[in-house]
Amino acid sequence: MSAQYKKKDFMSDQLVRWCPGCGDYAILSQVQTALAELGRPPHEVAVISGIGCSSRFPYYMNTYGFHTLHGRAPAFATGLKLARPELSVWVITGDGDALSIGGNHLIHLLRRNVDLNVLLFNNRIYGLTKGQYSPTSEVGKKTKSSPMGSLDAPFNPLEVALGAGATYVARSVDIFTKHLKSQLVDAEAHRGTSFVEIYQNCNIFNDGAFTAFTEKAVRDDRVLYMEPGKPLVWGATTRYGLAIQGLDFKAIEITDEEDPRVLRHDPSNKILAHFLARLDGSDGMPVPVGLFYRQARPTYDSAFADQVAEARQKLGNGDLASLIDAGDTWEV
Amino acid sequence: MATTESAENVVIRFAGDSGDGMQLVGGQFTRTTALFGNDLATFPDFPAEIRAPAGTREGVSGFQIHFADHDIYTPGDETDALVAMNAAALVTNLARLREGALIIVNTDGFGPADLSKARLDSDPLEDAALLAPFRVVKASITTLTRGAVEPLGLSTKEADRCKNLFALGMVYWVYSRPLEPTEAWLGEKFSKKAQILEANLAALRAGRNYAQTLELFQDTYSVPPAKFEKGRYRMITGNRALAIGLATAAQKTGQNLFYGSYPITPASDILHALAPFKNYGVTTFQAEDEIAAVCAAIGASYGGSLGVTGTSGPGVALKGEAIGLAVMAELPLVVICVQRGGPSTGLPTKTEQADLLQALYGRNGEAPVAVIAPTSPADCFMAAVQAVRFAVEGMVPCFLLSDGYIGNGTEPWQLPDLDAIPDIEPGFRTDPEGFEPYMRDPDTLRRPWVVPGTPDMQHRIGGLEKQDGTGNVSYDPTNHQHMCELRAEKVKRLQRLIPPTEIHGDPDGLLVVSWGGTWGAVRSGVDAVRKEGQRIGMIHLRHLNPLPTDLGDILARYDRVLVPELNLGQLARVLRQEFLVDARSFCKIQGQPFLTREVAAAIREEIAR
Repeated sequence: MSAQYKKKDFMSDQLVRWCPGCGDYAILSQVQTALAELGRPPHEVAVISGIGCSSRFPYYMNTYGFHTLHGRAPAFATGLKLARPELSVWVITGDGDALSIGGNHLIHLLRRNVDLNVLLFNNRIYGLTKGQYSPTSEVGKKTKSSPMGSLDAPFNPLEVALGAGATYVARSVDIFTKHLKSQLVDAEAHRGTSFVEIYQNCNIFNDGAFTAFTEKAVRDDRVLYMEPGKPLVWGATTRYGLAIQGLDFKAIEITDEEDPRVLRHDPSNKILAHFLARLDGSDGMPVPVGLFYRQARPTYDSAFADQVAEARQKLGNGDLASLIDAGDTWEV
Repeated sequence: MATTESAENVVIRFAGDSGDGMQLVGGQFTRTTALFGNDLATFPDFPAEIRAPAGTREGVSGFQIHFADHDIYTPGDETDALVAMNAAALVTNLARLREGALIIVNTDGFGPADLSKARLDSDPLEDAALLAPFRVVKASITTLTRGAVEPLGLSTKEADRCKNLFALGMVYWVYSRPLEPTEAWLGEKFSKKAQILEANLAALRAGRNYAQTLELFQDTYSVPPAKFEKGRYRMITGNRALAIGLATAAQKTGQNLFYGSYPITPASDILHALAPFKNYGVTTFQAEDEIAAVCAAIGASYGGSLGVTGTSGPGVALKGEAIGLAVMAELPLVVICVQRGGPSTGLPTKTEQADLLQALYGRNGEAPVAVIAPTSPADCFMAAVQAVRFAVEGMVPCFLLSDGYIGNGTEPWQLPDLDAIPDIEPGFRTDPEGFEPYMRDPDTLRRPWVVPGTPDMQHRIGGLEKQDGTGNVSYDPTNHQHMCELRAEKVKRLQRLIPPTEIHGDPDGLLVVSWGGTWGAVRSGVDAVRKEGQRIGMIHLRHLNPLPTDLGDILARYDRVLVPELNLGQLARVLRQEFLVDARSFCKIQGQPFLTREVAAAIREEIAR
């Protein structure tokens, strides 16, 4: 870690224009803090976004930035990373951007495992278009476009990511500032596509979407802070642990943090990750935050560069004259 | 006794089932003919289905070659010789034959099942009146091929796959061509399959010997070599020339070229051609869809590579929003559109020129782009280099409007002098002093290209309207008008790169204007009618946006303007709107290129009007 850069080195001169009280402010602050802590010079960082409230993010970063098309940021970021593999590339997207109009690009980015970070700001609503239900809104959501309640079942972003073959899947919350920052630092360290879902409160169109487990008063009772190698336990006064019952979890009361019935977190276990991703705070279960899954797999960009290097090694640097003067030629 | 006659030019069409290998033997005849020194043009004409039901009319695959002892510009109107491997191939091609044409039929393709699949009630070979205008040579090619390869112990299926070479052997004899080039090619192709190699060689030689021995042909023909400009030549398809042009542009720019594409007919061959060019500074990315293909290319351009995407009309429709972003972000991008019959899925394997207006205008907002259309297969090389130059020098998307006819067609290509192609200067800015992302060169109006990773020059770009100079997001009304006008003017100033327009023919009278792949047929049509004593001038437009500076003056010099196009009059509409000229259209929209006589007839009609 370098102390060379400070948070303000990553702040642009543009006026931040999100609504007062928006969760995006907290995320912006933590991304800037994390990048300063990572010690990457601002000119080696590129922030690529799609369309939506969250996608205004690049304008507020003193890095390279490209505010692109709705849903397409993963494709632009892929092209950029393949052209400039040395850059630290961050995709900023939202639930509508990444999972609705851009669903295809997201899953293909994840299966390819391009070495960049995807921060999905999930507020379960369309904000910039003023309050329609999103692909992560709960069934029955009443909005301007669904006065009798929305009909479509929501995506679980983490399950989408795991299903698409993501090699790094994590979750944090806008107001969990320290947790968020360390999660971002950890994500950048992963080689491959790091997918981080960030619960983000839209105080205008979907205020309090996450307060049932993020309010200070209930947070410690409802949130499971996962740490690799540590028991999966939570609870402020009464302590609980996750144990296996049949093919599912159950919550058990514990008095001993090292209770042998309690599962230890293993982010390399994809089956465990799938189970953890399904926990949504219902039925006495917690909402997990932290790293769900991590897998070491060659990145697309390194394999892409390797093929170029291999071609150059085997064939030498291409000689245009011989490329043109090939096949059956004749002289007049 | 057969005699050998000299012919100036010959059109041959190989036709069979799409699994019969007609494209292969067409390609071999082309290669041999090119090595012999004839000028030639080809026209592969095949169904969209990989294997349409065998024996049906829909499954007929054709390959036409026109070769001559002089300059030719088209694959020919009427066919002098047809090879028909089955009943469907015969009946679907009769209308293309000139009177007296030679037909070589495989009688084994005329059994009851073949007739039924071709929807024929009776055997056309028994129809004396139908075949009276032609010289028909009947040979049981399938049976003869089986006989020829029998000693090699192949299965019937494997043996039957050699029958195209038997037919090719026959045609080689009729047109006095050597077997050696094809023998050598087979030797390479089947170097690890000795049995298949022997069978193919046996079939090829047996076909030739059969034709020679049985004296089935009244005459054989010899087409002497054409007089080419001095130089080195090779055969090339448009799609391959385009790929080599892109690789050349990459080296002339000194930057990597990034080709993002999604498979689509008839553009996929460009992706196939570029994929092995990794050691030439060319990288390819097969994207998840058309949109991702163009977006990744723009992302690569943002990163300082030459971003190129290639597709056909349906893909362009999907890429429109992203092309508009490249206009707004002022990044270089080349968009290749190998046009095919539309709208919608249309006629995927057939040619058309109906994406001109889509290329010019098919985006939201005022989104001007440069548009270049290659003239012929060989011209795709230089058109590709130019498209990269326009994109880089204008920091703007440049369309390369090819078409299926050019992309798949072949012609001799005089190998270019690479040193004569000027470098393309990317002009990356690395000096932070006084830098603003949307500052401009006062002459070209180009903004600087800054590669992410350059120290002290961090900036943000995007699809929101930009304030000129600072590049900050701006909703200012007068700035938006200024920027719309500026982006248009920046493209217009690319006129500086366009050479003066060449006029072929007369300086007054009727002006015929062609663009893209119709050049050859239009030029042949113009020449035909000029020989009749009419005053006709012709210009060919390679640059559709911006248009050449001298175009208005040229149009004004002629009494009348005729624009033949494979659409419903798209260029004519542009010329009318730009120059208030009464340009009249001659339109053909049948998925087929113009025939010379069609253009000639339209010119005569226009003159008589």
